[in-house]
Amino acid sequence: MEMKQVTAQGLPYEAWKDNEYIEKLVSELQASGTNVLVGSLDKLINWGRSNSLWPLTFATSCCGIEFVSLGAARFDMARFGWEVARASPRQADFMMVAGTIVHRMVPVFRRLYDQLAEPKYVIACGSCAISGGPFRKSYHVAKGIEDIVPVDVFCPGCPPRPEAMIYSIMQLSRKVKVERFFGGVNRQESQNEFLAAHPVTENPADNID
Amino acid sequence: MSNYTIDNFSSLSTWFDTMLNSYMPSWLATTLECVLVGVGLLLVYSVLALFYILYERKICAYFQCRLGPNRVGPWGLLQSIADMFKILIKELISLNHIDKFLFALAPYLVIIASMLCFAVLPWGNGLQIIDFNIGIFFLLACSSIGVLGILLAGWSSNNKFTLIGALRSGAQMVSYELSVGLSILTMVVFAGTMDVGKIVTAQADHWFIFSAHIPAIIAFIIYMIAGTAETNRGPFDLPEAESELTAGYHTEYSGIHFGFFYLAEYLNLFIVSGVATLLFFGGWMPFRVAGWDGFNEIMGYIPSVVWFLGKAFVISFIIIWFKWTYPRLRIDQLLSLEWKYLLPVNLVNLALMVWIVVEGWYFG
Amino acid sequence: MANLQEKISRLFPEATFEEGEILLVNIPDARLHDLVKTLRDDKDMNFDYLVTIVGMDWVSSLGCVYYLTSTVSKEFISVKTSTTDRDNPMLHSIADLYRIAVFYEREVFDFFGIKFINNPDMRRLFLNIDWVGYPFRKDYDANPEINPVSIENERQTDHTDVWMEQPDGSIKHERPRVFNEDDFVVNIGPQHPATHGVLRFRTAVDGETIQKIDVYMGYIHRGVEKLCEDLTYMQTLHYMDRLDYFSAHNYHHGLCLCIEKAAGIEVPRRAQVIRTLMDELSRIASHCLFIGTFCMDLGATTMLFYTLRVREQILDIMEKTCGARMTFNYDCIGGVMADLDPNFVEDVKALLAVLDKNVAEYNKLFTGNVIAQNRLTGVGHLSREDAISYAITGPSGRASGWACDVRKTHPYSVYPELKFEQVVRTEGDSMARFKNRVDEILQSKGIIEQLLEILPAEGEYCAKVPKVLKLPVGHWFQVVEGCRGLFGIYLESDGSTKPYRLKIVPPGLPAAAVVDHITRNQKIADLITIGGSMDYIVPDMDR
Repeated sequence: MEMKQVTAQGLPYEAWKDNEYIEKLVSELQASGTNVLVGSLDKLINWGRSNSLWPLTFATSCCGIEFVSLGAARFDMARFGWEVARASPRQADFMMVAGTIVHRMVPVFRRLYDQLAEPKYVIACGSCAISGGPFRKSYHVAKGIEDIVPVDVFCPGCPPRPEAMIYSIMQLSRKVKVERFFGGVNRQESQNEFLAAHPVTENPADNID
Repeated sequence: MSNYTIDNFSSLSTWFDTMLNSYMPSWLATTLECVLVGVGLLLVYSVLALFYILYERKICAYFQCRLGPNRVGPWGLLQSIADMFKILIKELISLNHIDKFLFALAPYLVIIASMLCFAVLPWGNGLQIIDFNIGIFFLLACSSIGVLGILLAGWSSNNKFTLIGALRSGAQMVSYELSVGLSILTMVVFAGTMDVGKIVTAQADHWFIFSAHIPAIIAFIIYMIAGTAETNRGPFDLPEAESELTAGYHTEYSGIHFGFFYLAEYLNLFIVSGVATLLFFGGWMPFRVAGWDGFNEIMGYIPSVVWFLGKAFVISFIIIWFKWTYPRLRIDQLLSLEWKYLLPVNLVNLALMVWIVVEGWYFG
Repeated sequence: MANLQEKISRLFPEATFEEGEILLVNIPDARLHDLVKTLRDDKDMNFDYLVTIVGMDWVSSLGCVYYLTSTVSKEFISVKTSTTDRDNPMLHSIADLYRIAVFYEREVFDFFGIKFINNPDMRRLFLNIDWVGYPFRKDYDANPEINPVSIENERQTDHTDVWMEQPDGSIKHERPRVFNEDDFVVNIGPQHPATHGVLRFRTAVDGETIQKIDVYMGYIHRGVEKLCEDLTYMQTLHYMDRLDYFSAHNYHHGLCLCIEKAAGIEVPRRAQVIRTLMDELSRIASHCLFIGTFCMDLGATTMLFYTLRVREQILDIMEKTCGARMTFNYDCIGGVMADLDPNFVEDVKALLAVLDKNVAEYNKLFTGNVIAQNRLTGVGHLSREDAISYAITGPSGRASGWACDVRKTHPYSVYPELKFEQVVRTEGDSMARFKNRVDEILQSKGIIEQLLEILPAEGEYCAKVPKVLKLPVGHWFQVVEGCRGLFGIYLESDGSTKPYRLKIVPPGLPAAAVVDHITRNQKIADLITIGGSMDYIVPDMDR
């Protein structure tokens, strides 16, 4: 069976940089098989989802300013339909973790992630979010957000250029295209595994008093 | 209906009605017609809302030296459709510690209110769902239901932001309803009828904004301000002031429930523009000048639906223009604008209109 | 200075002095409050502005260095006090003399565990209340198992700790409430579109009226100062980019000046001019972004796009020379990293040519707008006395009538040669703060024009600096004007290749600290206006 070439936003397949990963996902998808009707419904849904990614307005530091530049006239993320930045996590589709996540922010950040409505995606944007970056040795910085939430796309840079951010969201949009709504959703399974392994326990005494 | 334009839907609907009645009993025909009209209404409603979302996104992009959506479909035309698919299957988060029934009811109230208003608008020559003698009154009554939905949404979410948003919204919409009502009343005084169809035909030769001159222009300006406030759009978007209240009264809504608020916002924009078109710019009536028969005939070649939608879009453009230009007002400034300025001006304007009608100082 | 020393020693015989660039007064803790009170209130001295409190761990003792300056004579003085008790260190507070001291002392408590007697609010400032240890102490155990990353909710308390000195001299520990029990407290932030990052305001409201705000910081506290202690001087520089990312050049400039002063390095003239040029360019870029985001907070979204156009143009210029859009790392010890791009002068001239037109457009679109006038005029009034007491510097301080521009008060680099006037307004409201920044864009334009004239065509861009830089034992203090106000660096060296203590004085911390004071009895919507007009950068205040 011929490998489905997944592409997004009109960029030719050859221009993408990490086709192996997507191809792996596609082959998993094909191996599990699907029927025609469900398959085409999936296609329609994924087309909608991948073309309508609304970000959460979330930024902690420098990368956030590049995210603002991304919305501005030169880089204009509105072209791809990403400009509907929602302030409420309930209405957003993905969060661009732009900036350092420190100890005190971790619970807030995790709660924000939990508040996002499914399907939800996370882009770790910038070296701080990926690994702690220049602040890795600090006593008060989380060493990457991978341990806190499942991450879909990593976007390196300090801060990443807006072009890199566009590319990372486009990669996300491509990843959304190889999901399955009916039956097992590849990504969601791994997401659920992650969340089961990293539960937020009920704190018996939230407030010391 | 006379032949002001080439398309005349009344003959079509009459033919359809007769045809149905000849095949089936009249009760069934009426039911079938109701269902068909309902389905059509829903369809037009959603298509128009999707169009409006794209329309605003494109317009604001051009205001901001950007391109706006252009990747999904030609010129980004399919962008809203993609958004719709996404939002339809987005998770509806169920919250604890809320009034679940009211929480679920609120978005429906909002959308039903705007849908009912939608029904009264005269779309074209003979293209109107209900044409009864208190059409305008019905419109005012229905549009007031919306605020109930917003208040319920804010209150039932059990969230401080939504509560503040809802209370702001309540204060704002109740106040501005007065101005909307009074400016509409001014025009009703001039028209002498609340029947939507008659109001349109009365404007065959002169649109009200021309024939009723000064008071009509004042009423139009007030109506535009109050209408913008009624739809909770900038610069009056306090209930959902993003920088203050996250997303205002619909902060806790996700998925299609949020979609309903989102759609209703744009539809209300259309309704406000539609009513302005109806009352001031002749509804679906083409631009006609009494005596210029050739000109009038040429204008009549443009279908009435195009006239109505075109006028409504232009007015919507102005309202969108407001939003992307002005900063937001503060709640106390908003209320003082209404109660200290718009309302007195409106009352005086109403008196002026009555005087003009009594004295006959109008054109046409 | 001798005069001053004489006077102090007459009044406080127990004080000892260390002469230097800035006079240092050693005083025992018991007399600290009296000394600072005298320094502040004495007509001849008039040290009314507390620049910073530097917490210190000298291993044998813990202590603080207070930097004070006079708004009249512009002279600096520093006061040092210490305690040898490491288990329960206590010093006397000066929070009743300077309002910003409440926050500075909280910061010292957070980092060093020094409790300040009589400070009305002795909670930790940046770290969680259950954080184990005081990270800036030299014996801090940084084992991640002691303070793990936790996804559980942060523990919170409604009470604050106070150690009050009783009339009989004993010290009593009290726990008063922060808010009253029946206050309606709305939590704004840390994830909120209007807080410009992750700042949190716990806001007690009555309807829409704000009763009290409790500012929570630390959601982006990265421990930059502590990190610097493990790095060589060259390596510390790059963190300056990531504090206030809009004043990256200015902050670099400040740290470089401080290290160069300590090492006795002479910076080539061309490098000085280039540094100043970059400072002023980033000031324009920063104020442009301020105007944009501020207007966006008020609902006029379109302004953001217009102002970002100018910013993008500046970023292009910087990118050509520095190679990056945001974190430039351009100023280095002894000069700058690389020479200017060959097209630099033309690019800057092209920028200056469009600036006037753009500013006129901003004013037309926003400043003159009647809604903007109503939203800004008279909102968030800050008097000159409060501005000084709260240490609000930069355009915000100058909007309250306090001429606090470091470029004029303590000129550095080539600023003494340049002709410009401080932009000072006396209204002290949000409108004045906004207009000040708009005017400073034009002021910077004038400065850049002069700089282009005096930019030497030829010359070194970086002095010869040893590969391994060791500073002599000692301490230095340097202030520069960032885009948002006074930026200070306190550097203490023990003679090694790494700083013993590097303290950053950000302009953002006071700007956030004052929010409670100026939002009282205003509307919630005004919080956005006021917070926006103070223009704090959260990573800058949290460090």
